Amino acid sequence: MVEKRRLICISCPVGCELDVTLDEGKIVDVEGNSCKLGLDYAEQEIFDPRRMVASTVRVKNGFHPLVPVYTEKPIPKPKIFEVLAQLRDIELEAPIAVNDVVIENVLDTGINVIASRDMPKV
Amino acid sequence: MQEKYDYIIIGGGVVGCIIARTLSRYEGRVLLIEKEADLCMGTTAANTAIVHAGYDPLPNTLKARMNVAGNAMWDALAGELNFAFERRGDFVVAVGEEELPALDTLMLQAKKNGVPGCVILPGPEVRRREKNITPDVSGALWASTGGICDPFAVTVAAAENAVMNGAEVKLNTEFKEFIMEGDRIIGIKTNKGDFLSRWVINAAGLFSDFVMHQAGVRPEFKIRPRKGEYFVFDRADVEIDNVLFPVPSDKGKGVLVTTTVHGNTILGPNAEIIDDKENSSTTISGMEEIWAGANKLIPSLSKKYVIATFAGLRPMGNAPCKTPGVNYNADYIIEIPEEVRGFVNLGGIESPGLASSPAIAKEVVDLLKDAGEEMKVKKDYDPIRPARPRFREMSQKDRKLLVDMDPRYGRVICRCENVTEGEIIAEIHAPIPAITYDAIKRRTWLGTGRCQGGFDTPRVVDILARELGVSPLEITKRGEGSEFLFRPTKKVEN
Amino acid sequence: MLKKDTYDVVIIGSGPGGLAAAVAAKKAGAEDVLVIERDTELGGILLQCIHNGFGAEIFKEDLPGPSYAQRYIDESIELGVETLLDTIVLEVTPGRKLYVSSRQHGFFEINARALVLAMGCRERTRAMIQIPGMRPAGVYTAGTAQRFVNIEGKMPGEKVVILGSGDIGMIMARRLTFEGAKVERVLEILPFLSGLNRNYVQCLQDFDIPLLFKHTVKFIHGKNRVEAVETVAVDDKWNHIPGSEEYIPCDTLLLSVGLIPENELSRQAGVELDPLTGGPYVDESRQTNVPGIFAAGNVVHVYDLADWVTLAGYEAGKGAAKFAMALRASEEVHIPVLAGNNVHHVVPQTINKRSLEDEEIELQFRVRMPVEDRVMIEVHDGKNQIARRLARYARPGEMNTITLKPKNFADVEKASSITVDVHPR
Repeated sequence: MVEKRRLICISCPVGCELDVTLDEGKIVDVEGNSCKLGLDYAEQEIFDPRRMVASTVRVKNGFHPLVPVYTEKPIPKPKIFEVLAQLRDIELEAPIAVNDVVIENVLDTGINVIASRDMPKV
Repeated sequence: MQEKYDYIIIGGGVVGCIIARTLSRYEGRVLLIEKEADLCMGTTAANTAIVHAGYDPLPNTLKARMNVAGNAMWDALAGELNFAFERRGDFVVAVGEEELPALDTLMLQAKKNGVPGCVILPGPEVRRREKNITPDVSGALWASTGGICDPFAVTVAAAENAVMNGAEVKLNTEFKEFIMEGDRIIGIKTNKGDFLSRWVINAAGLFSDFVMHQAGVRPEFKIRPRKGEYFVFDRADVEIDNVLFPVPSDKGKGVLVTTTVHGNTILGPNAEIIDDKENSSTTISGMEEIWAGANKLIPSLSKKYVIATFAGLRPMGNAPCKTPGVNYNADYIIEIPEEVRGFVNLGGIESPGLASSPAIAKEVVDLLKDAGEEMKVKKDYDPIRPARPRFREMSQKDRKLLVDMDPRYGRVICRCENVTEGEIIAEIHAPIPAITYDAIKRRTWLGTGRCQGGFDTPRVVDILARELGVSPLEITKRGEGSEFLFRPTKKVEN
Repeated sequence: MLKKDTYDVVIIGSGPGGLAAAVAAKKAGAEDVLVIERDTELGGILLQCIHNGFGAEIFKEDLPGPSYAQRYIDESIELGVETLLDTIVLEVTPGRKLYVSSRQHGFFEINARALVLAMGCRERTRAMIQIPGMRPAGVYTAGTAQRFVNIEGKMPGEKVVILGSGDIGMIMARRLTFEGAKVERVLEILPFLSGLNRNYVQCLQDFDIPLLFKHTVKFIHGKNRVEAVETVAVDDKWNHIPGSEEYIPCDTLLLSVGLIPENELSRQAGVELDPLTGGPYVDESRQTNVPGIFAAGNVVHVYDLADWVTLAGYEAGKGAAKFAMALRASEEVHIPVLAGNNVHHVVPQTINKRSLEDEEIELQFRVRMPVEDRVMIEVHDGKNQIARRLARYARPGEMNTITLKPKNFADVEKASSITVDVHPR
């Protein structure tokens, strides 16, 4: 069975529109991409869609009440809200350094959530 | 124990506050109540900020008398209360030959009303004085006594001076009904309790009909709000340095193009009669009407430089003029009615109410004297309200002196209008505390510039919370129900 | 407090453009570089842009805004860039004098040999697009809401309509959704997206947030807080289509309707603005029409990627450093000529030391008090005598002179100023 899917590649700011052709559940053709990233994106988006997640975590005694954090790599899309729920329950203690690990191997994805800036103590 | 006053004033607009200030000169306890979280929340908040010369009102009306008498009192008022007032004169601009006769009519009216310093200028002279004016200008009435002011500053300064002289001001306090003893008013009931008083003065503006009806006075009197919409321009881009009226029509004084004491050019108002006294919305049709009206005077205006729009309601009444032979049905009411005792009744104080307000206050005092009040001047009455520093208006040299003295004035919170933390803190702890964002805005002019509060809002919310000792979640724009923030991000319901 | 009152390069703003300019100026040889930032920390708006998507051009990485900023903050501190935080520049003169104010440091003046304007941009507001209706709390620009949510941790609303499909608007739709709010609609008056396609996918599509093209807000309801917005479809000329109105209950309206370069300081300094961009006219080194004043980033024209702002900042920083170093060199060549004992004034007031290599310089002066006896006219550098001449008398009414000769060059070259004295013999 042949199936057509229309995707917008999010690998870079260009945002190419991809026309993906699937046959028996396998990608047989991708059109509209302007680089190889588009091919990888199509493969990923169809079989295991993932997203970078950025949010904040509460900080005690920090310069700000929150520190921004993000997943080092894209995580499976269906897990986004579970990750957010975990982040909501955490409270860190200042000082925090950029790239400090906030949650290791979040939800067994093998991916860490890390801080995206220094948060000095006040 | 109920508090007992000699005078209670209902309404914290310019009329109520100047009456409070005037009464605070005499012995007796004065209370002013205002239903909103700040003074100046009704008609005084949104108007053209003009102190009219007095050529518009129909001769022999109370309106005409108050306007001309009031106008003459502004120099002393501004001097004593330390607010910005510029007597720069105004123009009524005739466009095309067909509008010229209207100027003669106004000139005649000016003479009858006793307005000094009016002259009719020919078209070329008007063009010389205002280079941006339409080439079709045929002439103008030039009234040298016309002035401009900041109505917020006037009102707050008057109320502050009243407080300095012993008066009390209660915000968030709404009049419900009178407490009567036979035909005598002896107090009022409010949402904040009852207050007794020998006299109650109705300065409730848009709601003056409600108040007088509660006293059983003039049941036929009705306020019909006339809504007026406005555009405000960025002062860096548009500089019309004059006060320009069109020739008046049956709808009123028409759409002006005028400068303000803050340097911004504003356009407006139109005049739409509505029913809802809370409906200060801007509308597409209203904004189109203003634009068309303003372009008639100044064709070169561009919407690109509009930084704010707003609308205000004028409390137009239906009181007949008391002068025999004058057929006019929207005159001011300033009276001690016969039906009840202990009541000074004001109503229908629409434009030129700002210009008239000092004369109205004087009239109220005269009425009280006629009613047998002694009105003895306090020995320690101090008419001077000292000005607080305004960083934006200072030279660099004076700014340095100020910051050296108090470093809080060194931190600029509003980047467009250069308003400092020191000024904000001073207003929060002023004799009449500014406890909402809008209250701080009206007093300091913060948030009125190009970014319209985009930069300062989070910072002002923080400063208010800190100074008032409350959570930022409790800080409001204009009183209860207008909170800026809902909850901490991490506290999600469900 | 500041170490100096004159800097080689002063940069106003510490967003991507300002920090890049600082780093580049240092690397190009400027010694004293100062960044002035009105917020309490370096980084500008990047700090509230906690989403990914930064660094693709420069680092070939996908970084959040704060991480991207952190790299430049760290680098500029390592290079010895000085900073003034929580400090605002009130005025810039065409001669590059800055009037500066802060709570911590007070009010003072700074002179810049070269200046980089990197003030960024501001958001267009409700008034600029003249949305009719009431004026309640709950109408925010997307950037202000972003600061509330990402920096201060407070929610500006729970039920939200967003006007404008700019990137910040779409990104805020996702952020608010992440923090538990409901985004009812995103409206775009144009028939196409204002922001990037990828933000449409990962900010709206992923969370089933409806995006309506050719729609706008017709009216804002609510006296105290937003209660609803009335939306309407528009035709190609943005005329409202009657009958297409929809009443959407909500408590918040976010505006993402464009950005405008922030140039109020530039104007005061005499910098000419291009009406097409709203920013200064610049040359390839990002110098404006005012010599020594450079501009980079969103203050010049609005960019869609921070990486491009950084690259523009590099150019401006390099250009500014070059200008500053040339100026500094000429300052060292020119020395002041001072009026010393019994001398009222001297002309010329400054001399270019190099001129003495091959020509004479005549110093003209008048004395303050008459001396009716022989006097010694002396030129010195504060320690050593450079030249002298005897005169029979000295009178204020008669101009006097003393000439420096090429043979004095070696002495003058060492001096940082020279002084003319007249003593009784």
